[in-house]
Order: sequence, then structure tokens, then C-alpha cells
Amino acid sequence: MADSPPKTNGAVATAGLAESGSHGPLNGGRKTPEPLIFEKSVPGRRAGSLPPCDVPRKPVAELIPEAELRTDLSLPEVGELDVVRHFTRLSKLNYSVDAEFYPLGSCTMKYNPKLDENVAALPGFRQLHPLQPEETVQGALRVLYELGQLLGEITGLPGVSAQPVAGAHGEFTGIMMVRAAHIKAGRMRRKVLIPDSAHGTNPATAAMSGYEAVTVGHDRRTGELDFADFKAKLDEDCAAIMITVPNTLGLFERQITEICRLAHDVGCYVYCDGANMNAMVGQVRPGDLGVDLLHINLHKTFAVPHGGGGPGGGAICVTSDLEPFLPAPVVARRENGSYGFDHHRPDSIGRVHGFHGNFNAALRSYTYILSLGKEGLYDVGANAVLNANYLRSKLRQAYPLYVDRICMHEFVLDGRWLREHGLRTLDLAKRLIDYGYHPPTIYFPLIVPEAIMIEPTETESRQTLDAFAGAMLAIAQEAREQPEVLHEAPSSTPIGRLDEVRAARRPDLRWRAGIAGEAAESLSEARHEAAVQGRY
Amino acid sequence: MMAGYVSTTDQERREMLDAIGVASLDELFRDVPVHLYKPSLDVPAGLSELEAWTHLRTISEQNLDLDHHPSFLGAGAYRHFVPAAISHLISRGEFLSSYTPYQPEVSQGTLQVIYEWQSLVCQLTGMDVSNASVYDAATGLGEAARMACALTRRQRVLVADTVNPLYADVLRTYTTGPNIEVLPVRAWRRDGSHLLRAESLADAVDESIACLVVQQPNFLGWLEQVEGLAERLQAAGAILVVAADPASLGLLRPPGAYGAGIVVAEGKWTGGPLDFGGPLVGMFACKQAYVRQMPGRIVGATVDGQGRRGFVLTLSTREQHIRREKATSNICTSEALIALCTSIYLSHLGKQGLREVAELCLQKSHYAAERIATLSGFGVATTSPYLKEFVVTCPRPAAEVNRALLERGIIGGFDLAGYSPDLADCLLLCCTEMTTGAEIDRLVSALADI
Repeated sequence: MADSPPKTNGAVATAGLAESGSHGPLNGGRKTPEPLIFEKSVPGRRAGSLPPCDVPRKPVAELIPEAELRTDLSLPEVGELDVVRHFTRLSKLNYSVDAEFYPLGSCTMKYNPKLDENVAALPGFRQLHPLQPEETVQGALRVLYELGQLLGEITGLPGVSAQPVAGAHGEFTGIMMVRAAHIKAGRMRRKVLIPDSAHGTNPATAAMSGYEAVTVGHDRRTGELDFADFKAKLDEDCAAIMITVPNTLGLFERQITEICRLAHDVGCYVYCDGANMNAMVGQVRPGDLGVDLLHINLHKTFAVPHGGGGPGGGAICVTSDLEPFLPAPVVARRENGSYGFDHHRPDSIGRVHGFHGNFNAALRSYTYILSLGKEGLYDVGANAVLNANYLRSKLRQAYPLYVDRICMHEFVLDGRWLREHGLRTLDLAKRLIDYGYHPPTIYFPLIVPEAIMIEPTETESRQTLDAFAGAMLAIAQEAREQPEVLHEAPSSTPIGRLDEVRAARRPDLRWRAGIAGEAAESLSEARHEAAVQGRY
Repeated sequence: MMAGYVSTTDQERREMLDAIGVASLDELFRDVPVHLYKPSLDVPAGLSELEAWTHLRTISEQNLDLDHHPSFLGAGAYRHFVPAAISHLISRGEFLSSYTPYQPEVSQGTLQVIYEWQSLVCQLTGMDVSNASVYDAATGLGEAARMACALTRRQRVLVADTVNPLYADVLRTYTTGPNIEVLPVRAWRRDGSHLLRAESLADAVDESIACLVVQQPNFLGWLEQVEGLAERLQAAGAILVVAADPASLGLLRPPGAYGAGIVVAEGKWTGGPLDFGGPLVGMFACKQAYVRQMPGRIVGATVDGQGRRGFVLTLSTREQHIRREKATSNICTSEALIALCTSIYLSHLGKQGLREVAELCLQKSHYAAERIATLSGFGVATTSPYLKEFVVTCPRPAAEVNRALLERGIIGGFDLAGYSPDLADCLLLCCTEMTTGAEIDRLVSALADI
């Protein structure tokens, strides 16, 4: 077995760690907690400076009535070095793709090319006002237009809008389009079918769009949609089925073309959650399978860095039939070859974003796709699937698979055996941190008890996969021989497992001037009590 | 053949296929319908890094950027100074390439940043609690309207017609699904060459109304009459929703001080460049009593087993991954990195710096307005107090004036013809601390010349 990393602070890091790359203990070795920026504030201190006023100045009170002026503004008072050190130190408390392997299932944490960052920082893109005259932003419009063409080609769904800014935002846009299309055709429908393995955003989206979410089960043997249950629930009251392909077990839905055909027979649209698009890039086009709409998480499949929780992109791709319902305006290429916004979209669902969506995320994805080209796109899907199956084949000796067959870009292990040793998947996840790895996605999909969902992506090398497998196998042995080590994990981080129950029961959601620690908590608790007794 | 960012060699690939127990990559895709597998994509061949860079830089040069041209365009996107520290700090891979902080032990950096963001938003807006951000102010208003309806169990929303029209469009998209009725409130009228604000925005409020949405300063730049508004709404059981501007809050009293129940603000312009309007980031804050109906992620402070302070995602029983169809919103990934920019900005400028930014906007816009008012044929239509934007009447259609300015290398104001046909001769002009006195003088000479 691989040697164990330290159980307690101060022990020596060993092979299990060294093998996996450059990192010693995580978090840059930083152990000291960083105070809040507010706690560093010194009255009268400041950072930077602004130019003096170069126009004749009037007393503020002459221009704005005094009643409209604020009397207090309690922002931090710190120097520039304080700011730079504070945020640099905070950064060191984070795990990241740039430093380490991030095997989070369903999140596609691939490498984000640095070229894309330089492109996004070009002044000709960065210093553009979203409402400038169209003739002054032809380059930016060209990027949006051509990205739409490329995504249309890759997905087989030619109507594209980059206005949605996140996966769930793309889902909302898509289901609102479905709604608009049904209403236009005079069909009033109430239900959206959603597999029980779906992301939580799917039922939440259906509800937000005014639909009832109806759950369809899965086949325990194949891991795919329960076809009989689907057929039983599909009727002319179904507006759409939201299906994830490959599904959240990492398995290709082999009945997908038949599912689409049956849905279309009753006028039901097929919405594909594109969270797992990475497996299909260059291999198969969702539009060819019969899908009507799909969103793409640009921050997964097309390499936009995730930023600790955004910005991403949730471009929506649809069939020609649904194109009129896209959010307005749509970027168009005019007959004279110039680009512009088409605002005349009578069937549009309306806007879903204040301006044109996450333009600089779209710009990164455009750069990425042009860099890869046709061959490189093929390599994305092929190697994502290769890496996942390689890792699956190395882990299956110690970890049972929920469904044991060739997978696509990810796979789900069943962690129930850990219970025999008084352990849970959570303990395994925390122990992985001691080995220098971000844990996989755990407890999702909800249909797998103690789920461990692993997605390596195409950009990881075989050496990284081997090292990670080594850590997983070492932990499996620890679970059997020294389960207490897993219970105590992580021991290599600046803080241990946090009291989440306390966080929820006694919410401390902000710093307050002059109130610290317990006092702040009792204040917020008292307010909460007052609130729940009130009307709302 | 190798392409892109995959580093696996052919030799390694063969060995990996052996370990899996298949003969070829195609075998891994045996579940895909054979006739649809490996489509021939009409996509050009890949580019080397140098080729891609040159191509993109060339495209960027087809744009006319505001580093090189004076601009008086605001209307919801504002050019403020961005201290150099911000781009350096957010380029750190530990912030840029990390995921949503699901594992708190290895995500304390992002989690503490969000806790600080929530605190900064509360300080700035005068509200009790904030979430970790929403996509932008426009979707934030959509979420706020839905939240107000859920809180009051009512289905009608009033929106002042001086709220940014793009925000109002998004709000309508967000309220269509649950059949919420959106009713406009007339908040201005034209009297000759002057624009007058409504005395009261609350006249249409009754017990069927969930909330009234106002913007402060409003889309046309002036301050709405908000005194007493929250009290009138409260008497009818309705909520005041305010769209605020963070830079203006350096001077203006916070919405919490005049009774707002939910506050939304566009956080992008305090800390980020224009970026052709995206990514943005929405501030979203509310009264303590409403916290369990808030959309989005929330970070809270707690302790570990040894009593050390740490931060976690909390109150997640509101959210889609737990509540699914009963969640308060479907939002998941948001705009964390942009929220970080704003947090660094507010920390860097501090109370004094933000006040100075707001005051520079105020002084410059008033100087510009005063100069333009002296020009024959032009007039200042705004009659209420304003901070950085004001409306100018022109002797010709505003579109023609803008075109003439562009010929002189100046990006003019926002043409209000699209906002209201009654304002086809009006430009909405914006000055910030980035606008120099010399640029204002150049604008005034150009207008005199048109």
C-alpha cells in the first residue's frame, strides 16, 4: 500500500503525497487563520488615491438635499499592502485546478488555458461599453456570432444564445422557451418529466417556470431511465422531459433516440441538461440524437475558469423550430457582412440578463474552441472518456461501482461498504484531503446511497490518475484497518470539520461594527426569533 | 495526433486501453448509436497559441475601446477606476481556478471572501443580511419580485417606469412562469423641456400588491422621492424593493435607512472593467426576517472541533440541491470571482475612497450639465437632484447628435428614444471620476459645433 500521510500536524508527509505532484500539505502550508478585513481596520488609514477634482467644485449640500446623504459608512480602513496580503493569504487557503487534481464529478474541472485569460484582458474587449453603437463593437459581436455558429455545429442545435450566464440560468431560459412554444401553439401543459438522478436545478427550474416536476425512476440494473415508468408518465400534459446525457451515473442513455421519438409523438420537447456535454464533444451531437434544447456550461465543457463559484456561461442551443423563442436580442450577421443585434423578435421569451450575458466567458470559450479545432474537439470527448474508464478500472478492485459497465466521462462508486467499518463516504472524502486531493462529488446523485462521483477530465495525465488511484486504494485499506484515521480527517488543514448545525441554527452571516463573537450571534439569533414570530 | 490540452501520448493511450480491457477508443463509445458516432464537424483546424492570440487580438482591434475615446455613456454600465491590485489578486489560480466551496476545509479562502462580501454589502446598503451574490442586478430584481410574492402570498408587483428598462424586461421574464402580474407605475412626466418626477410612487399600492420596485438613483439619473414610501407600503402589507448603485452609496443614504425590504445592486462597476456588459454580479440583501426566502448561497461563520472560527455554506435548505422543486430559486453557480473584485475594491477604497468617487461623479456631472445648459438649443431636462447622470434636450433627434459626436471621436450619451418616444430629442449623459474636465470641455465644444 501507499504510505499514509500525517494523522496529526507535524508528522512527516510520505509517498502517498509526494507521488501525486508538487504539493506538500495543502493550503500552501498556511496554518494561521486570517482575520476579517474589517478586523484589520484602523481609523484614518487608506489605500491608494484618486485624482483631485479638475472641475469647479460646489458644496455637496448645494447639489443633494442633506436628508438624502448618508451619515455613516462603515467600510474597512486599510492600506494597500494590508489588502494585498489579506487576499493573497486567503487565496492560499483554497484548493485549485492550477495547483492540484480536482476529481469533482459533474463539475468538469479541466485545465483552463492561460491564453484565454490574456485574450479576455485585451483592452479592445475589456473596455467596451455594452450599449456602444454597433459599428464600434464589430469585433465583440463577431465573437458572439461565431461562438454561436461553433456551438450550433458541435451540438447539432443551430439556434444559440449566449445570454444565459450559468447552467441553471440556461435551464430556466430553455424551459421558458418550451413554455412559450407551447403557448404559441395553443397547448396548455402542466408537467415536466425529470429523472430521479437529475441535478436539483432541473426540478427547481421546472417549478420556477410554472410547471409541476414529475419524477421518473431509473432502472437499477442498467442505471438508465426506467423506460416503462417514462412511458407510463408521458402524456399530452407533458411540456418537456429534462434529461441529462450522459446521465449523472456517467452512463450513456442507450434509449435516448427512442425517448425523443416517443416524446415528440405527444408534442413533448426534450431538454438535455448539458452539464455532461464534455463526454459528447466530437463524439455525438445531441441534436442528432433528437434533443430539442440543451444548455452548455461554458465553465465546464469549454474551459472557462470556475472562479470559486462563477462567472460561468450557460449558452442555450436549440433546434431551428425553437429559434424564434430565444432571449432577445439575438446577434445576427447582416447581408453586408456586418454584425448587429436583432431586437425584432416577437416570439422571444424576453431578456434573461441585464446586457449580453457573460461576454468575457463567451470570449474565453471562443478562443478555446478555435485553439482546439476539429481534431482537438474530438480529443476532448475521447480522452475524457478514456481517463474515466482507466480510473474506474483501477478503483473497481476496492470500490464497488453502482453500475459496473463502461462509463462515459465519469462514474459513481457505491460507498455503502464503508458502513461496515463505522464509516461514511464523508469520512473517505475528508481523508482524501490529507492525501492532497479535493474529494470527488459525494452524496450525488441522490439515488446512490453514499455516492462517490468521480470525473477526471481529459486534461489529467496518466501519472496523476495513477497517483490518485493509489491514494484511494490506500484509504480503502485504512478504512478496514484503522477506521479512526478517517474519522479524524482532515488533519492537514488549517481548520478541522466545521460545525454546520451550529452555522444553520445560530446564523452568523456578517460582521457588525462594534459587535464581535458571541454578542453578534445572540443579536442575529434574537432577530431571527423575532422574525419567525412575525408575519413573515 | 495530439491537439489542444491533452497530454496523453499514443503509447500511454494504448496501455490505458489495455488496462481497461478494450481494444480501441471506439469501444468505449459502444453505447452511442453507431450511425451518429463521430460526426464530421464543420469546424476549422485548430490554431497554435500564437495564431490564436494574433487572431483574437486582431478581432479586438475592430472594436473602439473607451480607454482611447471619451464616453458619456452610462445607462446601467459605469466606468469607474479599478485599482491595479484587483486584477493581480483575482488572477491567482487559487481564486480563479477553484470550484464552488463545497468542501470547507480546503475552501476557506473563497468562503471567507464571501462572508466579507456579505458584510460589505450589508454595510453599504444598510440591510441586515446578504447572500453570496446573484448573476446581476437585473436577474436580482426578478428574484426579488418572486421572493416578495412568496413572502406576501400575493401575485402583483408594481415597477416604477424609471427602473432601468432592461432590468424591467428581465423581471418580466422571471415572473412569467408563476403568472405574477407586473404593473408599471408612472414616475415621471415631461413639461416642455423639463422632466418632473412623480410626487408619490405609492398611489397604486393596495392590499393585493406584493412589492413596489424603485431604482435609486433611477434610470434617468435623478433621486426618487422615497421618503415615507416604505411606510405606505408597509401599511398595505407590501415590501419596498430598491435597485441601488454601489458607487452612489458612497454619498447617498442607504436603502435600509428608508425602509427597503429587499435591496439589489449591480456590483460589477465597483471593481471591474466594462467587459461589454458581462460578467456582472448582483448584490442581494434583505431584512433579517426574510432570510429564509432568499435565493442563492449564503455563507455563515461557525467553529471546528477545536473552537477555531471557520466559514461554511449554510441555510441551504432553501436551495435546489436539497429542496429541488420547492427551492426558493434554481440558482447554483453565480459570479463569485466578480464579487471578489468588488470586495477587494470596497476594502481598497474604504469609507473615504468610496465617498470621494461618489463626490467626483457628482461634481463632474454638474459641471458638464452647467456647461451644456449654456449652449444654444441644448437644455438640461433633469429638475430633481442627481448624482452622475442627467438628461439633456437636443435641438435635433438624439441619434443624430450621437452620430455627429462619434464622427468627432466621442461616444455620446444614451439615446432615450428607445426608452420613451416622448424623449426622442433627449440624451442621458453620464460622468464619473474617469471623466476629465478636458473631456467635458471637448464634449461641450463638439455639441456647440453640431
